[in-house]
Amino acid sequence: MSTQSAAGRLPSNRRFVDRFGDRALVGTTIVASVAVVVILALIVEHVVNGSTDAISRFGIGFLWHTIWNPSTSPGVVNANVFGAGVWVYGTIVTSGIGLIIAFPLGVAIGVFLALLAPGRAGAVIGPLVELLAAIPSVVIGLWGIIVLAPFMRSVVEPVFHDVLGFIPIFGAPSTTGLGIMTAGFVLALMALPIIASISRDIFLSVPRELKDGALALGATRWEMIRGVVLDSTRSGLMAAGILGLSRALGEAIAVTQVIGAGTSLPGGVFGNSFFNNGDTLASKIAEVFPGTNHLFTASLFYLAVILLVIELIVNLTAQLIVYRFERRQGLVR
Amino acid sequence: MSTPLLDPARPLTEIGGNLARRRRIDHFMRGGSMAAALFAVAVLGLLIATVVVHGASVISISFLTKDPAIGLGASGGGIASAIVGTVLLIVVATAIAAPLGVLIAIYLTEFATQRFARPIRLALDLLNGTPSIVIGVFAYSLLVVGGFHHQTGFAASFALAVIEIPLIARASGEMMSLVPKELRDASHGLGISRWRTILGIVLPGSLGGIVTGTVLAFARAGGETAPLLFTSSIFSGSTTLNIFGAAIPNIPVTILQDSESGFPSDHARAWGAALVLVVFILIGNLSGRVMLARQRRRYQAR
Repeated sequence: MSTQSAAGRLPSNRRFVDRFGDRALVGTTIVASVAVVVILALIVEHVVNGSTDAISRFGIGFLWHTIWNPSTSPGVVNANVFGAGVWVYGTIVTSGIGLIIAFPLGVAIGVFLALLAPGRAGAVIGPLVELLAAIPSVVIGLWGIIVLAPFMRSVVEPVFHDVLGFIPIFGAPSTTGLGIMTAGFVLALMALPIIASISRDIFLSVPRELKDGALALGATRWEMIRGVVLDSTRSGLMAAGILGLSRALGEAIAVTQVIGAGTSLPGGVFGNSFFNNGDTLASKIAEVFPGTNHLFTASLFYLAVILLVIELIVNLTAQLIVYRFERRQGLVR
Repeated sequence: MSTPLLDPARPLTEIGGNLARRRRIDHFMRGGSMAAALFAVAVLGLLIATVVVHGASVISISFLTKDPAIGLGASGGGIASAIVGTVLLIVVATAIAAPLGVLIAIYLTEFATQRFARPIRLALDLLNGTPSIVIGVFAYSLLVVGGFHHQTGFAASFALAVIEIPLIARASGEMMSLVPKELRDASHGLGISRWRTILGIVLPGSLGGIVTGTVLAFARAGGETAPLLFTSSIFSGSTTLNIFGAAIPNIPVTILQDSESGFPSDHARAWGAALVLVVFILIGNLSGRVMLARQRRRYQAR
C-alpha cells in the first residue's frame, strides 16, 4: 500500500499522531452510533419499567376495558381501575379519519408535483406543501381551537348530521366543535405533507421509458398514470400511507387541544358519534401524565408502551416495504 | 367493442365516442390532482394568515421584551422569558445533538460495513418514528424522576436532542456521501491518513449540508411541545438561564397553556407567541432549504 510507504518517511511523532487519530476517530464515531441504539433501548426499558405494575394488574384486557377511574376515595365503585379502551378507540378512529382524508389528497398532490405540474409551478408548490409539515403542532392546535372548531360546529357537523344522520357515527352536532372528527381533520392536515412528499419522490423514481412508452401507445396522461405509475408504485404508496399514519398515531399536542378530553363511548364502539369528545393514547398522556397515584402513573406508562409497540410495528412495516421497493427498483446493491 | 378501431370514412382529427370519454376522464383527473395541490397550499396560506392576523395585533416591543403578567387571565406583559427560554433549550439540545449526529454520519458513510450500518440506520429510523410524547415520558422517567427529582430545562433539552439526532445524522450523511470519492482517493494517494482526510476533506466539503441539517433540526426542536410537557412546563414567568436548577419558560408550552384557557387575553398572548414561533421556524426552515438547494447544486454541477 502506498500509504504505508509514504508514512514510512514521516517523522515518527506524525506517524504516532496519525495512528492515534485514526483509532480515536473510529472509536468516537462508533461510540456515537452505539449511543443511538442505547438511547432506543433505554426508551423501551424506562417505558416498560414504569408500566410493570399496571401490566401485571390489568393484563392484556387493559387494551379494551373502558373504565378509567383514578379516584382512590373509599366507597367509589371501580376506584383506581384503569383500562385504555376509550383511548385505543380514539387513536384508531382519529388516525383512520386522518388517513382517509390525507391519503387520496396526498397521492393526488404527489401525482401533480411529479408528473403534471409545469416546471415552475412544481418548484413553488412542492416546498410549500412541505412547509406545512414545519408548522408546529401546537400552532395547528391553536388554529384548530379558534378557527376550525367553530367551523366544524356550525357547518361541517350539521351538514354531516343532516345528510348522513341515520348512521350513528354522525350524531347530533357538538356544542363546542371540539371532538373526534375535529381531531381527525387536524391529523389529516399533519399527515398530508408527509404522504404528498413521499409519494412525489416515489413517482419521480418511475423510469422515464415506461411513462414514455405508455404515452407513445396512445394512452392519455391519466391512463399512463393509472396504468404505469400508480400500478408500479403500489407498495411504495402503501409505505407513504403508513408513514403518514405513524405521524397521526403519535401526535399528542394538537389532538389534546381539539379532541375535548372525553372519557367514555356513549354509543358503544360502533354507535359512538364522531362529534363526541374523546381522547387518544398520546393525548391522554399529554393531559394527565404523570398522574396522581402509583397505579395511575403506571397505567399512563402502559399507554406509552402501547403507543411504542404500535409505532414500532408501523415503522418496521414501512421500512420493510421501502427496502423491498428499493431493491426491486435496483436502488440497493 | 362494436365500432371498428379506425373508421376510414372519418378524419383522424375528429374526436368522438370513446376517445372523447377518455379525454374527459383525463381532464377530470388532472384537474383533481391540481385542485388537491392548490387545496394544500390554500390551507397553509389560511393557517399562516390566521396566525399573522391574530398575532400582529398583539406583538409590540413590550410584548417581546417583558415577562408575562402574573395570574390567570391577567392581561399585559409579554413573552420575553419564553423567548429566551426556548432559545436556551434548543441551543443546548443542538449542542448535544449536532456533534453526535455528525459523528454517526461519519461512521455510517466512512467506516461502517453494510452489516453494521444497517442496524444503526434502522435504529435512527425507529428513533425518528418514536412519538415525541413517548420521548417526553422517557426524559421524565430518566432525568426528572431518576435524576434531578424536579423539572429542569436540561431534561427538556435532552429530550429535544433525542429528537434532533436522527435528523442531523441523516442530513449530514446525505451530504457526506455526495463528496466525490476521487477527493478521498486523492487524499489517500498523497499518503494522508484517514482521520485527516475526513476532518480536512470530507467534513469541509459537506459543511454546508451539516449546517443545513442542524438549522432544520434546530427549527424543528423549537416547535416541539410534547417533550417539554413533563420536563419544563411548571415555571414562573420570569426569565431564567438556570438550566440545571429549574424548569425553563418556553414558547410552545406557553401557547399550549394559553390556548386551553378560557380568557381572551390568554388567547391573544397565544396568538402573539404563535406568530413569534412561526416566524422563527419559517426563517430557519426556508434558509435551511435555500442552503441545501445551493449545496446540492454545487455537487451536481461537477
